[in-house]
Amino acid sequence: MQAKLETLDTHERVPRIGRGFRLQWEPVQSAHVLLYPEGMVKLNASAGEILKRCDGATPVEAIVADLERAFQTTGLERDVRSFLDLAAEQRWIEWK
Amino acid sequence: MSAVAPESGHGAPIGPPLWLLAELTYRCPLHCVFCYNPVDFAKHEDELSTADWLRVLREARAIGAVQCGFSGGEPLQRNDLEILVAEAHKLGYYTNLITSGIGLNEERIAWLKEAGLDHIQLSFQDSTREVNDFLSSTRTFDLKRKAAALIKQHGYSMVLNCVIHRLNIDHIERIIALAVELEADYLELANTQFYSWAHINRDQLLPTREQVVRAEAITNQWREKLGNTMKLFFVVPDYYESRPKKCMNGWGNVFLTIAPDGVALPCHTARMLPGLAFPSVREHGVREIWYESEGFNRFRGTGWMKEPCASCPEKEKDLGGCRCQAYMLAQDAAAADPVCDKSPRHAELVATVDGLQALSERAPAMPLVFRGRKESLAAERQF
Repeated sequence: MQAKLETLDTHERVPRIGRGFRLQWEPVQSAHVLLYPEGMVKLNASAGEILKRCDGATPVEAIVADLERAFQTTGLERDVRSFLDLAAEQRWIEWK
Repeated sequence: MSAVAPESGHGAPIGPPLWLLAELTYRCPLHCVFCYNPVDFAKHEDELSTADWLRVLREARAIGAVQCGFSGGEPLQRNDLEILVAEAHKLGYYTNLITSGIGLNEERIAWLKEAGLDHIQLSFQDSTREVNDFLSSTRTFDLKRKAAALIKQHGYSMVLNCVIHRLNIDHIERIIALAVELEADYLELANTQFYSWAHINRDQLLPTREQVVRAEAITNQWREKLGNTMKLFFVVPDYYESRPKKCMNGWGNVFLTIAPDGVALPCHTARMLPGLAFPSVREHGVREIWYESEGFNRFRGTGWMKEPCASCPEKEKDLGGCRCQAYMLAQDAAAADPVCDKSPRHAELVATVDGLQALSERAPAMPLVFRGRKESLAAERQF
């Protein structure tokens, strides 16, 4: 698995929500939450915006572009990538 | 959300009940010696109907509950489980089935999957057929292995839970190896805490301090070996701690338990506390129960505390520990949990533990009491 990933251009990596996790908007908490077996992470606004774009079809590069467009800003790539690395470590996302 | 959140007596807003634990039934094919169901469970056999449960699921979801656990007893004993799971899923809950695996077959797991069940937690009693079957007083070890295989086949991640105590703690290495063999994603090695049936059997179940230390060391070695492939959780018996747990993450803070007969509780053992009237969902709506009932407000926040908790700098961290443990060990539900070494009753607990340790070196004086209907009806205690 690891070897396979290394041969891929990292720009083509496609994140999706990890197995057993579910992302949803909770009106009572006014937040996106990530649900998993017997637990929940309440996400801050930026984490929610990133994760809701992890649909298993959109590569990281396109996610960054979409976020920059939606929030009319630039230079998000580093933050998005480091958040996704952290999210992968927590199993919140998986790389397709 | 512009609505003003209801407040507790101390002015802090009361959050939503994020966790709904639906104890569907106290019926169970097992007879575990450490069961946390009330000792008098057989006197509460008037279970909620399907329609009652569907209403509870809707009402709790409407005020923000998002995790739903179906437990018991053995929840597979209810033949409307699939209906309830389907409704919970439709409402947007993350649905968890907490089961012994007995009653789980190909047909039912396919139905549950179809209904949208998100997760299954499977309990084991030990790594060997002999001890598993002895502790549960049943022949269920092979059935559990079959249930574990079904869980994996249907694409679920698997949380195995094994209750640990003196009679199996020295098998911890084999228990972990069994979890690896069954391809568990998570393994909870939860030392039994002493309530209900486990309290009756406390003399035989409390491990020695040396056993706990050894078991934790072995668990740590396996953690290193396994890395990310299987996560291990090890829960120490409260009796060996010097600070109490933040029980249920705070009274009436995130957990809402509905007992099989409809009584709403801040935790599954709170029913033991005297002088507290817990409302039933048969008579009250879930919102009213959560925000307004005396039972849920009694120990919310820190306003109810006595010394040494009231002036303790750590009071927000553990909220005084477990109210049931305070009641059981200090006969006062508003006292500091005697697990805390700041409690004036801590020395007594230490003496009790020392006494039990000495006892463990001799042959057990009393037989184990297996959880059963007959034993429950005959018991002179409620909890």
